[in-house]
Amino acid sequence: MAHDPMAEIRASFFVECEELLESLQDALSAMANQLEGESARDGETVNMAFRAVHSIKGGAGAFGLTALVAFAHRFETVMDELRCGRLVIDHEAMKLFFQAADMLADHVRLARDDATGAPAGSEEMLLAIEALMGERAAEPEAEEVEFAPMGLTLDLELDPPAPGGDPSGGTGPAGRNWPGPAGHNWPSPAGHNWTVSLRPTDALYACGNEPFHLLRALAELGRASVTCDVSDLPDLDGLMPESSYLHWIVHLTGEIDESDICGVFDFVDDVADITVTETVAAAEALSDVAPPPEPMAQAAPTPAAAPAAPMATDPAPVIDLTAAAAPAQPAAHPAAQPAAPAAPAEAAAATVRVDLHRIDRLVNLVGELVINQAMLAQSAAEAGLPPHSAVMNGLEAFMMLTRDIQDSVMMIRAQPVKPLFQRMARIVREASAAVGKEVRLRSEGEGTEVDKTVIERLADPLTHMIRNAVDHGLETPETRRAAGKPGEGTITLSAQHRSGRVVIEVADDGAGIDRPRVRDIAIRKGLIAPDAALSDAEIDTLLFLPGFSTASQISALSGRGVGMDVVKQAIGGLGGRIAITSERGFGTRFSISLPLTLAVLDGMVVRVAGETLVIPLSSIVETAALSAESIRSLGPETSVVHIRGSFVPLFDLGAELGYRGPRASYEGGIVLLTAQEDGSRAALVVDDILEQRQVVIKGLQHSYGDIPGIAAATILGDGRIALILDPGDLVESATGRTRSADTPLALAG
Amino acid sequence: MTETRSQSRSQSSAEVELLSFRLAEQEFSVDIMSVREIRGWTRATPLPHSPPFMRGVINLRGTVLPVIDLASRLGMPAVAGDARNVIIVVHAAGQSVGLLVDAVSDILALPRAELQPPPDLAADSAHGYVQALTIVDGRMIRVLDLSAVLPPCHTEVA
Repeated sequence: MAHDPMAEIRASFFVECEELLESLQDALSAMANQLEGESARDGETVNMAFRAVHSIKGGAGAFGLTALVAFAHRFETVMDELRCGRLVIDHEAMKLFFQAADMLADHVRLARDDATGAPAGSEEMLLAIEALMGERAAEPEAEEVEFAPMGLTLDLELDPPAPGGDPSGGTGPAGRNWPGPAGHNWPSPAGHNWTVSLRPTDALYACGNEPFHLLRALAELGRASVTCDVSDLPDLDGLMPESSYLHWIVHLTGEIDESDICGVFDFVDDVADITVTETVAAAEALSDVAPPPEPMAQAAPTPAAAPAAPMATDPAPVIDLTAAAAPAQPAAHPAAQPAAPAAPAEAAAATVRVDLHRIDRLVNLVGELVINQAMLAQSAAEAGLPPHSAVMNGLEAFMMLTRDIQDSVMMIRAQPVKPLFQRMARIVREASAAVGKEVRLRSEGEGTEVDKTVIERLADPLTHMIRNAVDHGLETPETRRAAGKPGEGTITLSAQHRSGRVVIEVADDGAGIDRPRVRDIAIRKGLIAPDAALSDAEIDTLLFLPGFSTASQISALSGRGVGMDVVKQAIGGLGGRIAITSERGFGTRFSISLPLTLAVLDGMVVRVAGETLVIPLSSIVETAALSAESIRSLGPETSVVHIRGSFVPLFDLGAELGYRGPRASYEGGIVLLTAQEDGSRAALVVDDILEQRQVVIKGLQHSYGDIPGIAAATILGDGRIALILDPGDLVESATGRTRSADTPLALAG
Repeated sequence: MTETRSQSRSQSSAEVELLSFRLAEQEFSVDIMSVREIRGWTRATPLPHSPPFMRGVINLRGTVLPVIDLASRLGMPAVAGDARNVIIVVHAAGQSVGLLVDAVSDILALPRAELQPPPDLAADSAHGYVQALTIVDGRMIRVLDLSAVLPPCHTEVA
């Protein structure tokens, strides 16, 4: 096989890009929430977004993806303004940032597909976000005074200082040093003097960084004089070889931009204390603004702009900035501290990318291991070994280990639905812009884990449903306001585990289904008879009929001839079900219930007519022994059982699954009371309950079509295959409620 | 349990290798290239609401493998299902399926020219499944058309 290491690295760059884009989305969403006042403001989120764009730019540069680099660079510049607090965003600006992030994703995709050039609208997008900076420049006065331009701790945790200005005082003179209307560029009249203090922590060395490289990079920026401070160095007996004792002071002179200096420390900002101080001659006038917290004056080489780390005339080469930095940091950036704990959380999210086939192979191998172990245990028992012999004890431990391995392996394939939901957020943005509606997407349960394949195959139907919700579900802002609702519509996307299935819901707070109109259209299109008497729920399900479209005006967005029938078909193909509820004036809710294919399931292993079956534990409410007096016959073939004051329909599993004829008597059977997603209950009769255990779900649909009542299969400890029951489907097919309508769609999947 | 050497390529298009097996006292065969392995008989877990020839599913090293009672599929009395029977695991038309047969007999290598199309007169249901006929040592061997034998995806089980 041809092996191109470059292609491999490139491929992994694009995988990384996906992750970075995801974290960019995360950060932007968090910022939007902060903007709405839903969560506390946190400077770290801006930094997260900035870092994501920056890393994409860096990687793209390495591969010579010029269009991507160009876009990322300009996006990053705007982001940097935001990060440094020089740009304050509002609702509209937030939208632009989201769109720019989408555009960045488009750029990445283009680059991945080896296409050159930029996606359509890229330049306009850039101009639009860059205009944000222009706005700021137009009204510089108001914001300038809010910033402390001195003693800037270049720790990326830095937060835009709260409005109200720098508590350490000196707003007037501090404002002076701020750039003028030029905005994002520092004025560089005659070059700057910078004092950079670098104090690495142990962690810097632990992760393989080398201060020498950083110092060399600084030296490349301009004329630099470097001093090493060894005052912290302990005696030899006190010296810990892996601790950091040294720190460096670098004086830089030249046409240097602050961001260039920041750039040097991009990758070590969380493992070193870095202080960048600008020392401009003009700042001398400030010398009387704030007295130094301690007599450091001798130390500072030139007059510093920072009132907290002030100036002196004695240009002593060695300054101890630690003392200065310590008081300056909390003073200048009161909000910086709470953000600090965010860093370890990021480190915890480390992942490894593994080929899916390898995982599947592992899953199968572990399944084999479990079976083998069961066989071994059986042969040991047959060989007459005493139960407490060393061999049997060892086998016992072996069994526990295999179970643990099995559990862990099963968890690998399941993935959170978050990336899918993020894609939907983009769909909402694009769709709402296309139809001119204000829409906000709220997502819940992003951490819910679903099998990877299910996630992939859900994308299309979900996209369609979201578009529908934006286009048909929500009203125009004017209509909404007239109805007393906020102009901005809300679409809620949620995921959760319920009765052994994953339930994904798309809900809007729009006008709800206009049932008389749906009915009229169905009659007009000949889908139903004009005199058909339909319940509300039945009218709602008309939406799933092929060729149905309620939008009287076919918009660019939906109504392309694919309707909810396609969605239903796709969901059916995944072994799922879709239901719709709607209240006039309050909105519509679609809920998709999906099996957790290939996930782990807690099941009750039961025996019915000699066959072993697994019933999802989550759907079982109660088990009880049957007694003759609790059973009431209801017609010739159906019975109900009286449990806890209510009558519950009784289903004999042996007969329902065709293993045997109907039982003459239910005496002696065991009944499992199950609850469906809609809250209805059913009692299933089994012969025996064997055990409770976790089972591996193996899909069945793939090659044998849909078997009513059976969700999947699993392999038990003895190597036999047991079928996993889907009580909801079994009851539905037994009662014939929806079976006839469902069959063709289920088979088409 | 014998793993066939699936990577061994048939020497030339002029020669064909067949795996022959017995089914209700008749000899059938399949192209050896479609055979993945041969397994001893194991009890299959029956699938509810499936056609009679669908014997059920078995565990093939962690995957769920459907097993077809070939005799019953061809309209003959069902295979008894005991330790003497074997399951031939074949892969055809994009799916793997186990075929339950009475016993495996031989591997035959013969020139393709010796395969004859079946005469177009048989009225029994096995007719559509036979691709070709050949004579080896005076015994007539039927070459099965696997794609006709396997249940079509998704639509068969209803």
